[in-house]
Amino acid sequence: MHTEVPIAAYLILAAILFSIGVGAFLIKRNLISIFMSIELMLNAVNLTFVAFAHQWHQISGQIFVFFVMVVAAAEAAVGLAIIIAIFRTRQTLNVDQVDLMKL
Amino acid sequence: MSPETSMINTSNLWLIPLLPFAGFLINGTIGRKFPRSLVSAVALIATAIPAAIVAWLWSVMLPAGAPASISVVSSPWIAITDFQVNFAFTVDHLTLIMLGVVTGVGFLIHLYSVGYMAHEEGYWRFFAYLNLFMFFMSVLVLSSSFLLLFVGWEGVGLASYLLIGFYFKKDSAANAGKKAFIVNRIGDFGFLLAMFLLIRNFGSLDFTHVFDAISVNPDWHGGILTAIALLLVVGAAGKSAQIPLYVWLPDAMEGPTPVSALIHAATMVTAGIYMVARCHTLFDRSPYALGVVAIIGAATAIFAASMGMVQNDIKRVLAYSTVSQLGYMFLACGVGAYAAGIFHLMTHAFFKALLFLAAGSVIHALGGEQDMRNMGGLRKRIPITFWTMTAAVFAICGVPFFSGFFSKDEILYQTFIAGDKVLWLIGLITAGMTAFYMFRLWFKTFFGEERFTEDHSHHDAHGVHESPAIMLFPLVILAILSIIGGYVGVPAVFGGHNEIEHFLDPVFSSGAVAATAGSHGLEFGLATLSVLVVAIGFFAAFFLYYKKPGTAASYAERFPALYRLVSNKFYVDEIYGTIIVTPLLMFTRLILGGLIDGGIINGSGWAAAALARGTGSVANRAQSGNIRSYAGWLALGAAAVLIVMIFGRGLLH
Amino acid sequence: MQLALFIIFGALAVAGALNLLWQRHPINSALSLVVVMLSLAVLYWSLGAEFLAAAQVIVYSGAIMVFFVFVIMLLNAGEEERTHGSRAAYLAGVPGATAIFCVLSFVFLTERHAFGGSNIGGYLSHATNNIAELSEVLFTKLLLPFEVTSVLILIAILGAVVLARKER
Repeated sequence: MHTEVPIAAYLILAAILFSIGVGAFLIKRNLISIFMSIELMLNAVNLTFVAFAHQWHQISGQIFVFFVMVVAAAEAAVGLAIIIAIFRTRQTLNVDQVDLMKL
Repeated sequence: MSPETSMINTSNLWLIPLLPFAGFLINGTIGRKFPRSLVSAVALIATAIPAAIVAWLWSVMLPAGAPASISVVSSPWIAITDFQVNFAFTVDHLTLIMLGVVTGVGFLIHLYSVGYMAHEEGYWRFFAYLNLFMFFMSVLVLSSSFLLLFVGWEGVGLASYLLIGFYFKKDSAANAGKKAFIVNRIGDFGFLLAMFLLIRNFGSLDFTHVFDAISVNPDWHGGILTAIALLLVVGAAGKSAQIPLYVWLPDAMEGPTPVSALIHAATMVTAGIYMVARCHTLFDRSPYALGVVAIIGAATAIFAASMGMVQNDIKRVLAYSTVSQLGYMFLACGVGAYAAGIFHLMTHAFFKALLFLAAGSVIHALGGEQDMRNMGGLRKRIPITFWTMTAAVFAICGVPFFSGFFSKDEILYQTFIAGDKVLWLIGLITAGMTAFYMFRLWFKTFFGEERFTEDHSHHDAHGVHESPAIMLFPLVILAILSIIGGYVGVPAVFGGHNEIEHFLDPVFSSGAVAATAGSHGLEFGLATLSVLVVAIGFFAAFFLYYKKPGTAASYAERFPALYRLVSNKFYVDEIYGTIIVTPLLMFTRLILGGLIDGGIINGSGWAAAALARGTGSVANRAQSGNIRSYAGWLALGAAAVLIVMIFGRGLLH
Repeated sequence: MQLALFIIFGALAVAGALNLLWQRHPINSALSLVVVMLSLAVLYWSLGAEFLAAAQVIVYSGAIMVFFVFVIMLLNAGEEERTHGSRAAYLAGVPGATAIFCVLSFVFLTERHAFGGSNIGGYLSHATNNIAELSEVLFTKLLLPFEVTSVLILIAILGAVVLARKER
């Protein structure tokens, strides 16, 4: 049971997830899906934080993740409210059709 | 600070300007929502308390052994390596007289305005501006440095502009405001240059500093001092409406009448005289500049009086009269009789404010009529106005033992003994002309047949009526002052001992112009002579406008060219228009407007616009509004930043 | 154990992320995102962040993702259609995303010897548990930021209420 996993592996996993998040952001056309890809990117970054916290035996990385979660929760609340408002006025969630930059 | 002054709470001095300023802020910001009574309460309190403080100052400084001046200094306002200006106020005897006039007459005119403006639009605006004026005027007379004086100087100009253009819906009022502002700008330019020269040569703008430097160097004469003095005279000529910059004052009558009384008769236009008197140390060293002041004053006095003789608008007669009287004060300063000039300034403030207010009362009674050809016979209809106006007319004409008699004769006497016989003669002739046009106004307004129609269907149906008590109270007070105001300066020949002269001694004692000892007999003779001249003026007016009305017109027909010349105000406005304004306009329109503006500036503008449009049309495609394309660019940018940060480290070092 | 956990749940996370990418219906995407988050929670735990693992499950998968699902169902937006709104997203974005991935991987691989390995449970600086350690920092040194986050959440709630309210 003394198989060690290099920290770099976690970091590369995070990079993969982050890039998939970016790609999803670019490809998706549904506003909510785009929003979810943002959450995916956040999670990927959180993973790097935890990995580094483990590496340096520092608790600060985990504290940071905690705050990121709080902010993500707030952001999700506001963002989804905006999406609801957009859907009310536009009857669509397709970003290609929501390009006037106003409600 | 001497031990006596430490007893005095000098911080009260700050209140004198700051209270009106607070009144301006209150009325100017939220006064729009106030009822009229509250607006007037704020404005009156903001002027009454400073007046009370000034009265207290008088009580402190009048007794013998009182300090010659009180000062308050704040933290530095402008501090450059070796040049410093503070917010500093100084009260000496000259300032005290000015403050008394400004706050006292100012308060009375505020009171009068409450009645006069009662039915006008923009009531709150009017009182806000009036308070603003009081603030700047107090700063002007209190300041102890040229720069702070200049702040007040510009500020009263601003307030004057705002109030002349108060009825801004009338083109004539708006234009008059602009004219006043622009003509004053010429004078201010001179003032500014004078300040630059002062900084250059004295390294300070503080009165005491500059004047002490001049006093300790008795060998300084002329040269740069003359240059500074002449530039200051330019400034004073603009503010005090002297030739050649007097043209704005007659037009300033477009403002409401209380404004004409306060700003364009009693206070602001005397700022020039105050400034010359304040800088007497400087002027005494430059006989040339003093000569210029005297000549300008005498010329303005007679020139304006001749124009006042043929005006038909009651306020314009008074405006030319103001210009003429200011000429007298300039003449007094020019012959080194500063105390006489300040004395006349004070009496003039009383009777000219009264004349304007009474004229306002007449206009009010006639429902806005200002043309004297449509007045007459008002003596019985508005008796209180008539009697107060009579006191003022007698005072300005120099009827013996009224205030104007003492102050004007003092000026003429001082001019005579200074050796300027020509200037004295001009002053004497002006006195006759003054009597003529003032009695002409008096007869045309109050005597003879009634030439007005009583179908004014304005705010009340009484037709011609006496003004309300709140307007009459200031009239009565000012009438009393106009009658007795001269007794502070009764010369020895009439059994007085000219208190005002002694009162101002601490300020003017350093004046190098030694008064040539005149004899009492000479003084008495000159006074008699001027009374005779006044009588001639009176009888001319009496004959032409009371005994045989209409003869004046026949005289006018006999000398059509002369009459036309005078009644068209010597075509000065037209001459200025031809000589200055038109070439300037041509130059600006053709050279500046056509070539530089149209060609170079607009051309470069077009070029810049074309460039911006070109790049914009490219950049425009980037601003699609599509979130995904933004995200795409963002990803590319992030990648670029990462690459630069990781691989560019070697490049950056 | 650590390696097994990493391989299983790392693969699961990548699969979930890719599924999020491919699915056309937002509900499917949301569910696959929940899978990603749960696998990440396991990875957090294996890296010695027990509290964060719990928080990830409770807050992220439990609250935030449920909120997403709730909104998706509320709006009933259906499948997304393939529109062509933006060429820049492909021309600039895809190379950009690829470049980010390549650069990050390159850096992590070249520097991999600088990082150590990881054992299960992680290394705590002293013999307390992870939660005690976290809370000690959070409630002493970082008390003010921690309190400010509550204000932030309050503002977010108010903003959400204002934005999503029906216009009268």
